[in-house]
Formats: sequence, structure tokens, C-alpha cells
Amino acid sequence: MVLVLAIGDLNIPHRAPDLPPKFKSMLVPGKIQHIICTGNLCIKEVHDYFKTLCPDLHITRGEYDEDSRYPENKTLTIGQFKLGICHGHQVIPWGDLDSLAMVQRQLDVDILVTGHTHQFKAYKHEGGVVINPGSATGAYSSFTYDVNPSFVLMDIDGLRVVVYVYELIDGEVKVDKIDFKKTATAPSAH
Amino acid sequence: MLLIGAEDEEKWLAEGIAGVQHNAFYLHRALDSNNLRDALKYSAQMLSELRTSKLSPQKYYELYMRAFDELRILEMFFKDESKHGVSVVDLYELVQHAGNILPRLYLLCTVGSVYIKSKEAPAKELLQDLVEMCHGVQHPIRGLFLRSYLAQISRDKLLDIGSDYEGDADTVMDAVEFILENFTEMNKLWVRMQLEGPGRVREKREKERSALQELVGKNLHVLSQIEGVDLEIYKETVLPRVLEQVVNCKDDLSQYYLMDCIIQVFPDEYHLQTLEMLLAACPQVQPTVDIKTVLSRLMDRLSKYAASSADVLTEFLQVEAFTKLSNAIEKVIEVQVDMPAVGAITLYVSLLTFTLRVHPDRLDYVDQVLGACVKKLSSIPKLEDSRATKQVVALLSAPLEKYNDTVTALKISNYPRVMDHLDNGTNKVMAMVIIESIMKNNTCISTADKVEVLFELIKGLIKDLDSATDELDEEDFKDEQNSVAKLIHMLYNNEPEEMLKIICIVWKHTMAGGPKRLPFTVPSLVFSALRLVRQLQGQEGDIVGEEVPATPKKIFQLLSQMIEALSAVPSPELALRLYLQCAEAANGCDLEYVAYEFFTQVFVLYEEEIANSKAQVTAIHLIIGALQRMNVFSVENRDTLTHKTTGYSARLLKKPDQCRAVYACSHLFWVDGQDGIRDGERVLLCLKRALRIANAAQQMASIARDSSGPVTLFVEILNKYLYYFEKGNKQITAAAIQHLIELINTEMQGDSATSDAFLASTLRYIQFQKQRGGVMGAKFESIKL
Repeated sequence: MVLVLAIGDLNIPHRAPDLPPKFKSMLVPGKIQHIICTGNLCIKEVHDYFKTLCPDLHITRGEYDEDSRYPENKTLTIGQFKLGICHGHQVIPWGDLDSLAMVQRQLDVDILVTGHTHQFKAYKHEGGVVINPGSATGAYSSFTYDVNPSFVLMDIDGLRVVVYVYELIDGEVKVDKIDFKKTATAPSAH
Repeated sequence: MLLIGAEDEEKWLAEGIAGVQHNAFYLHRALDSNNLRDALKYSAQMLSELRTSKLSPQKYYELYMRAFDELRILEMFFKDESKHGVSVVDLYELVQHAGNILPRLYLLCTVGSVYIKSKEAPAKELLQDLVEMCHGVQHPIRGLFLRSYLAQISRDKLLDIGSDYEGDADTVMDAVEFILENFTEMNKLWVRMQLEGPGRVREKREKERSALQELVGKNLHVLSQIEGVDLEIYKETVLPRVLEQVVNCKDDLSQYYLMDCIIQVFPDEYHLQTLEMLLAACPQVQPTVDIKTVLSRLMDRLSKYAASSADVLTEFLQVEAFTKLSNAIEKVIEVQVDMPAVGAITLYVSLLTFTLRVHPDRLDYVDQVLGACVKKLSSIPKLEDSRATKQVVALLSAPLEKYNDTVTALKISNYPRVMDHLDNGTNKVMAMVIIESIMKNNTCISTADKVEVLFELIKGLIKDLDSATDELDEEDFKDEQNSVAKLIHMLYNNEPEEMLKIICIVWKHTMAGGPKRLPFTVPSLVFSALRLVRQLQGQEGDIVGEEVPATPKKIFQLLSQMIEALSAVPSPELALRLYLQCAEAANGCDLEYVAYEFFTQVFVLYEEEIANSKAQVTAIHLIIGALQRMNVFSVENRDTLTHKTTGYSARLLKKPDQCRAVYACSHLFWVDGQDGIRDGERVLLCLKRALRIANAAQQMASIARDSSGPVTLFVEILNKYLYYFEKGNKQITAAAIQHLIELINTEMQGDSATSDAFLASTLRYIQFQKQRGGVMGAKFESIKL
């Protein structure tokens, strides 16, 4: 069992002052093995905070991020899964699942974690799964109206990943889960 | 009297103890044989050792304790008349024949103790007699110990008397008088120690005196323990007499110790009822006395007392405790002209702590304390003492900690005036403390007035206070500005009119802060304004009545100003992003011209200010992404903007970037949704253009051996073909797709393996679509792999 936190689009301090207190109390150091961050933190303070939660931190660049050294996209392997990260402002049309599927194929990953729209999504298509953890602070978005703060926790176990989405709705944290199974693929020719 | 050489002292103490032991031996023998005459002789000799002038107080105490123990044994002998056959009355007479006064008095006290217990004479008379006779010993140390002995042996009798054991009301006063008399004389002796003795170093003398302080204080302890000493007696007799001695002795050590002793020893209820009298003594003490610590401890005790019950609290109001304390402090500060600023401010901190604990609801009291501090700070030049500064920060932080709602602190009118007296550095520190308090308590500042007050308080962060800018630490500056940026989100009112007012006030202050601050604060303010626009969007049509100032249009005008100022910093990339946000928001409000104007600004910035090629790539994609979602433009306007966008896309520096931007532009001509544009031809034009660029890139790469694999570009374009094919763009044919696949396969032969996986998964996707059956399956069937 490997816990991966997928989180992003906090937009601190431009659009929000801080994570919701209820989220902060849930995110405790030492419980999570990896953090995947879609981008738009935007300041170093948030980066440092994530580092305290888990040293294995992977971030891609959002268009408002203060640190311009974050990569445009990133791939990593966790257990049997290949994961890819990309903020999503580069993928036109924004939030378009087919276009995101293309990026997924290009990065050759099972799970693509992306953001920008501030809208939670967990979408299975032929090539894999696209996950958008939404905005952890519920920040303003031109794309989505009425954004609820949300983040995702993935439990990777063998060929199975359980995606838990945590959403703050009317002051209460609601949890939902979705199961994905991967079929063992033949090793790709190199 | 007191000697310097420590070794000598040890020697004399040893000699003294030897003397005591020697005489004690014979004393015991006399007692064993019931020989009164010898007992008196040897005890007198033993007590003569206490006549020494050679010992320091600590050493004298050791000697004294030895004698004390022997006197206990003697007392028991005296008590048992059967042993010596002399009545206590006669015994009292007999001991007065001892030669030297000191031994005589010790013996007299010892007999007196027995005499009083026997009740053969009124205690009052005996006690008076003894306390007066002790006048005979005027030597400070010897006199102190003698009187201490008297106090010790009379203690339990005094407590008995005081508890109305006798049934006679007057006797309580007798006990009180006795103790007061003894106390007064002991204090006089104690003070006299300071003045006597040859060339002594002051500190050593004070240390020696400090060792004896409890001998004097003990008297007050006993007074407090006497049951019969009620509030009345305390108020009418005890306190006035004690304070009189305290003030008149004019000795700082004594004054400090005794004031503190009174406060610690007597009940808080008494202090509350005698507050005025007690406080009146404070300005009268010597200037060197640390009266502020005394006052702090008093206020501390009273605070705890107030917390004990609600009835007590009413008492506080009744006796006007706050006013009395406040006045006393003013008087002390006035009288002690040499008191440094830190002293005065510490007093205010204590008073404020008291006020916040006892009268937290009385903001007027809190304001008064701060006001007094302002007055003090105004009378001195700029505060430079760091301890004083720390105290001012403590003063200002206390209300914030007490009232979790920072808004309450904002209501204290003297608060900003105190802050004005801080140096710039500390002012900023304090401003950060205020902001942290707001963030921590999740306080919402909801009116324009309060925002104005708040920004006045934190002005040290918002703008440069002096014309000469202080040394700025980059990191600190960033932290400060980010704090202000976060703070902006805490300023909110549900009412659009009020919210707009708030935004205007914040903008006014932000503008005055200068260019270096704008990149931090403008984005927060912009998004705050955009949230308001969205709120008004929802309310459109509901507004009836007179002209309402808060409209999206007005807000967009303001936004325009803000972002323009930001771009002038210069901060073009950020400004570009914010203009795009505004354009999208204007789209949502159906304001075509406003949206167009924002796009114009975007392109101006792109053309003139964004030179970095990487920045251009990001900017172009942001423009394409935003433009693709705009539905408010007329065909012409949309065309103009699209044309510009595709033009810029094709002119990016690197070929791969060009290619990607151009095929991204294809989406400008195909928008899902019922009113969406679906121009299949122009989509194809874009894709073909992208192909040409990809070809060119591939040719250039084969010359320059660039490893960035242009084959990927072809696969990307293939994916786009598939995208539109699926969406039903008639211009995209299965043949075209097949042709593209063949092209890619050809290219792949001599190239890196990285595109392999991409192509493979793309082909797999096509296969998947074929197998789906239905309409999609039929469509994809035509693609031959």
C-alpha cells in the first residue's frame, strides 16, 4: 500500500490565503509516501509546507508559480504504475479529456495527474486514467464556478489504485472513492 | 561590628559556639540538680556570647540558634515550679539581676513566656513590658535577633489572644499593638544597619541585610494570621501604621521588601478595600525602589482574585479599582522623574494585563491605558532602547491575544497612535503580528472603515515610511508582501457596494506603496475584484431602484487601472495573465467591448514586453486557451483576434514550438457546444500548416542533428487529426489519417525510440475505437492500419 497525495492549484497568495483548516488537520507528516503537485502553488512557502508532509515531492509548473524551474511535465513510476504530471494550461482546449488523453499517450503513463480547471475529475479512457484533484483551496477559476476545495489521495496496491477524493462542501469534508484496475501490459519494445 | 576576613569570622563563630556549648554543659548539670541559681548563672554566661560584634548576620544566626535551643530547655525548667520552687512572679524579678542587658533580656523574655501562659498577670501588660524593655538594645543585629526571639516565643500566645480566646474584645488590639510596636522597632534597627559600620561596600551590606529581611517580615505574617484582625482593624490600624513606617524609614531595601510583603501576606479582599491607601504609598517611596515590580505583583494577585467569582468582579467596579490603579501609576511616573521609558511602559503593560483579565469588556479602559502610554511616548524623543521597544510590542500584542477577534483591537482608538512611536523595523514587526492574528483567527474584516483603520495600522508594510528606504532584506520583504497579499482575502463583505468600497480603499493604499510591492499585492486584489464581478453576474437583473455604483463595468475599469499599473512596474507576464482572466470574466458578463479591450492589452504586452522565447510560448498557449473559450465576440472581432493569435503562433522562435502552437490554434475554429464555431476547413488549414512546420523542423534537425525528435510532432498532429475525425470534421478524411501514419512509419525507421510508445498507443487507440462498434466503430473502420 502506497499513499500518493495528488494536490494542486492552491494559488496562494493570489487567490487564497491558506489551505482550509480541516484539510490542514488531515494532512499530517509521515503518512504519505509521495506527493504529486499539479502546479500553481504559487510561493515557496507552500513548497516548503509540502516538503514537511513528505520529502518525495513532484511538482510541475503552473502559469502563476513563482519558481520558474519546475518542469512543464514529469513522469515517475510508483509500484506497477507509471504516473505523469502536467499542470494543464498548456493543453488546449483546457480541460478537454481527449486532448489530455493525447498527452497521456505521449508521456506513456497509466495515470495522468493534471489541474488548471479547479474541477475534480477522475476519468478512465482507453489509454488510462486522468485525475484532476481540483483546487485544494477552492480558489477562483475562470473555468469553473463555485469551486469546492478538494484534493486526491491515491492508494496504489499492486495493479489496483483506489482514488479517494476529499471535497470540502458547506464546511464538511466529504470523501468518495473510485477503483481502477490496470491490466498487466506486455513490456514495451525498446 | 561586622568584619571582613572570612577566615577570622569562622574562627570567631567557632569560638562563640564553643562558649555556648561550654556554658550549656554546666547549665544542664544545674538543671539536672534543680539548681536555679547556677542555672541562671550559666545561662547568663552562655547568652553573653550573643553580645559579640564580630559576626556577620548569617554567622550570628548560627550562634543564635544554638542559644535558642538551650533556652527552650531552660524554659521547660522554668515552667515546672516543682523543680525550682520559685513562683513565676518571683522568677520574673529574679532574672533581672543578670549583669549585662542582653542576657538579662533574653532571660526575661523566656520567663515572660512562661508567665503569660500561667495567666497570673494580664498578657497585655507583660507583652508591653517586654517590648519596651527591648529598647535597651540598640545595636542593629543584636537588637533584631532579640526582638525576633521575643516575637517567636510570644507567637502562639498572640494567636490565642487574637482569636478572642479570652472573650475580651480589647485584647485583639493589644496583640496588634504589641506586634506593631515590635515591628516598627525591628524595622528601624534593620534600616540602621545600612548606615553603620566602617567603609563597607554597599552591595555587601545590602546582601547582609537581605539575609535578615524575614525577621522583620515575620511580624506581618503573624498579624495576618490573627483571626481577630478583620478588615476594620486592618484598615484603621494595621495598614496605616505599617505604611507610615514604610514611608518614613526612607530606606529602599526596606520599602521594597515591606510593600511586597504586605501584598503577599494579607488577603486580596483587604487590598481591594484599602486600595487607595496602599497605592498612595507608592509615589512616596524612594526613587530607587523598584515599585513597578511591586505594583505588577499587586495587579497580578488582584487579577487572579477577580477571576475567582462574579461577585468579586462587581466589587472591583464598586471600588473603582482600575481608576485607582491607573492614577497611582501616573503619580509614580510623575514623581520618579528619572525613571527610564522602559520602566513606565512596563507599568502600562502590567496595567493592561490587569485590565484585560479583569475588565475585558471595557474597551474604554484598554484605550485609556494605551492613551496614557501614548502621552508618555510623546514626551520623550524617539524610542531607541530595545527593551522599551519590546515592552511596547508586548503592550500592543496583549489585546490581539486576548480578543481572538482582531476587529476588536481595531476599535481601540489609541492603538495606531502607540504604533506611530515605534521605529520602522519594529512597526513592521508589529504589523506582521496583527496580520498573523487575523489569519490565525480567520477573522473577516468586513467594513470599509475597519479596512481603513487596519491599513493605517499596517502602513509600515504597505509603503516606505521614510523617504530613505531602510535596508531591505529580500526574504523579509517577500514574506511581508506575501502576508499582505494573503490578508487581502480576509477583507470581505457580502454586500457588493461595501465590497467595492473595500477594494477601492485597498487599491488606494496599494498604489501608494510603489512599484516593488505591486507584483505581490495586485494579483490578490484583482482576484478579489473578479470574485465580486462573478457575484454581481449572478445578481444581474435583480437590482431595482436608483443607480447602483457597483456594476461589473465599473469594476472592470478599476481592474484595468490596476493591471496597467502592474505592467508598468514592469511585470508584463503577470499583467498578461491577469488581463486574460479579466477578459474571460467580461465574457461571462456579456461585455464584448470590455473583453476585446482586454485582449488588445494582452497583445500589446505580448508584442512589446514579452521577449523571452520560453515566456512567449506559455503566453501564446494561455491566449489560445482563453480565446478558444470566448463566446461573446462578433465574428469580425473574433476573426481579428484569431488571426493575430495564429500569426504569433507561427512566428515563435523554435520550430517545434511553432508547430505546437499552430495546431493548438486549430481549436480556435472548433468549439463544442451548441453555438460553438465549427469551421472544419480552417481547422484543417491549421493542421496542414503544422505539418509543414513539422517537416521543416525535421529537415533542419537532420542537418543539425538535433535530438529533440520531430517525429513526435507528427504523432501529435496525427492525434489531432484523430480528434477532429472523431468530432465529425468532414475535412478530415480516413485517407489523410492513413497517409499520415505511413509518413510517420517512414520517418520512424531512422529515429529514436521515444516516439515508439507514443505511436504505439495512438495506434492502439485507433484499434480500440474500431472495436467499439456502433457509429464510432464504423467511422474508424475506414482507417486501414
